[in-house]
Amino acid sequence: MSAVTTVATAPARPATARASLKRGRRWALFASYFFLILFAIFFLTPPYYMIITSFKTDAEMAHMATNPWFIFNGVTLDQYKLLLFGTDFLIFFKNTIIVTVCVVCTTMVVSVLAAFSLSRMRFWGSTVLATGIFLTYLIPDTLLFIPMFQIVKSIGLLNSYWGMVLVYPTLTVPFCTWIMIGYFQSIPKELDEAALIDGAGYLQMLTKIFIPVALPGIIAAMIFAFTVSWAAFVYPMAFLYSADQQVLTVGTVTSLIKADVYKWGMLMAGALLAAAPPLVIYAFLMDYYIAGLTAGATKG
Amino acid sequence: MAEVALRNVVKRYDDVVAVSNVNLDIPNQEFVVLVGPSGCGKSTTLRMIAGLEEITGGEISIGGEVVNDLPPKDRDIAMVFQNYALYPHMTVAENMSFGLKLRKFPKEEIKARVDNAARILDISELLERRPKQLSGGQRQRVAMGRAIVRNPKVFLFDEPLSNLDAKLRVQMRTEIKRVHQQVKTTTVYVTHDQVEAMTLADRVVVMNGGKIEQIGSPNDLYHHPRTRFVAGFIGSPAMNFIPAKLEANGSGLRLRLSDRLSFVVPEARTTRYRGYVGKDVIFGLRPEHITETRGANGGAGQEFSTALDVVEPMGMETMVFFRIGGTEVCGRVEPTAAKGAGETMQLRANLDHMHLIDPATNAVL
Repeated sequence: MSAVTTVATAPARPATARASLKRGRRWALFASYFFLILFAIFFLTPPYYMIITSFKTDAEMAHMATNPWFIFNGVTLDQYKLLLFGTDFLIFFKNTIIVTVCVVCTTMVVSVLAAFSLSRMRFWGSTVLATGIFLTYLIPDTLLFIPMFQIVKSIGLLNSYWGMVLVYPTLTVPFCTWIMIGYFQSIPKELDEAALIDGAGYLQMLTKIFIPVALPGIIAAMIFAFTVSWAAFVYPMAFLYSADQQVLTVGTVTSLIKADVYKWGMLMAGALLAAAPPLVIYAFLMDYYIAGLTAGATKG
Repeated sequence: MAEVALRNVVKRYDDVVAVSNVNLDIPNQEFVVLVGPSGCGKSTTLRMIAGLEEITGGEISIGGEVVNDLPPKDRDIAMVFQNYALYPHMTVAENMSFGLKLRKFPKEEIKARVDNAARILDISELLERRPKQLSGGQRQRVAMGRAIVRNPKVFLFDEPLSNLDAKLRVQMRTEIKRVHQQVKTTTVYVTHDQVEAMTLADRVVVMNGGKIEQIGSPNDLYHHPRTRFVAGFIGSPAMNFIPAKLEANGSGLRLRLSDRLSFVVPEARTTRYRGYVGKDVIFGLRPEHITETRGANGGAGQEFSTALDVVEPMGMETMVFFRIGGTEVCGRVEPTAAKGAGETMQLRANLDHMHLIDPATNAVL
């Protein structure tokens, strides 16, 4: 009723104001489309080039006279066949999956427990600890890999992908904990109090209330841990040197670039195949990722 | 069901005393409302009973057992929160049965209890919905249902109606009272709304500044407040407070409010007030005891005329505001008798219901 009244009594907006608003909106839309298309072209050009190149024959690539942006001598899957069955690519892929799954699991267990205790079980020094955890994330892996090398070597995990399972969480745990702290803090305090009164202990509160309620945040943290682990380059570059232990990022590059010989077709095919899992995961879970990151950003 | 007792309960946050020496006995099945302004310590007291706040000093017992060091789950209490605190990922039925499942009740009993509570609260059709699919009133019912299924010794309500709109609040108020009449569980209810306190409570505990100002039945507090705070807090519109002087008037007493206005103190009160002759006091009178001179309200009272500042028609009655010696005073008159703002109106003050307050101690004399 009140809405109807408001509409009825609202003063009519002058026609000129309406026209200027319409014009303003048109310009905003025009500018939005212009920049969106510009950015889309900018960011989709490299993948396009990769796809095109991966379907070319080595002969066409070597023939400099043809336009590199198009395929002239027919599409071929030879690069993919050779990559999958003629190189160690599948070993790299398997190693990467093992490392990533282990890192994501370790990260989630550690950061969910850490975030829960830091955000809910008030104890002496918890605020300083929470800030400290985030500060560790600010130290780049390029600074850490030399001391890390000593540690990994001392426990005998040099040139083993299990070493990666140990060191990647130093990159993923701080940020994931930070995201989860923000998410857990956004859950009303009364919810844990209700659970406490209902008879839940801290572990039950975490598993039966916090984890289901904070699922978008947990998924966001998982995606982050997955991305970092899947795409890490510095640590495997420094710690792994035999092909059977290598992961995708470094393995593809080292096995397909021999001195000044670049196997472009396979490199592009390898890059595309390596990018596929993150792409699929992002496509399906993007909404959760955004929701989780936003909660972390505003409440953290 | 059980009685609750608080003995010299203190809550201190560093140097701030939130609750100071609270003593309260709540018999079995009683509905007690803790009422007071924000920051008076009422919610803290409730949370201490629940075990959600540690107590700094004193003793809390439920059903004769001291619960100071017991965690909330072992106190056998159920609490309804202001923002409902329903688990968003569970259905209504799951929300209600969560506590029973944790306590490992058999499935059949859980179902029977949930169905029974749902029937009492008229939410049987909502059992498979999730909280976000419910309205505010329905959520509040579910929150109450979660408390009822547990069949606890004590119900604790922390401002449960504050998030509801005015109409729904009145409905739910009646609902809560009805539920209490049915299940008869000892209840401690916190609110800042004195109307809620008056309508729901068997006994009202008025708190202010971390202390209990007065404990009594709603009518007791309304008619016999012991302090100026209680007199002013209970009742809407609030009691008028006018600075006055008590004078001897032959064998009786006269209350001087201004150079032009004074009232004769009713004979029944003269003995009580005689010791205060010549002293400054505060005269307290509720708006409903300042009425028009004609009609049913005629009878006991002393008439005076005054120019009205503001007139507020409420439908069944009209509030008239005027000044006595610089203090704004409110009267309640029949709508047809009310004059307009700026006009002079003849009013009648019924001093049989007057209160005198000592300004030094704020105690009602």
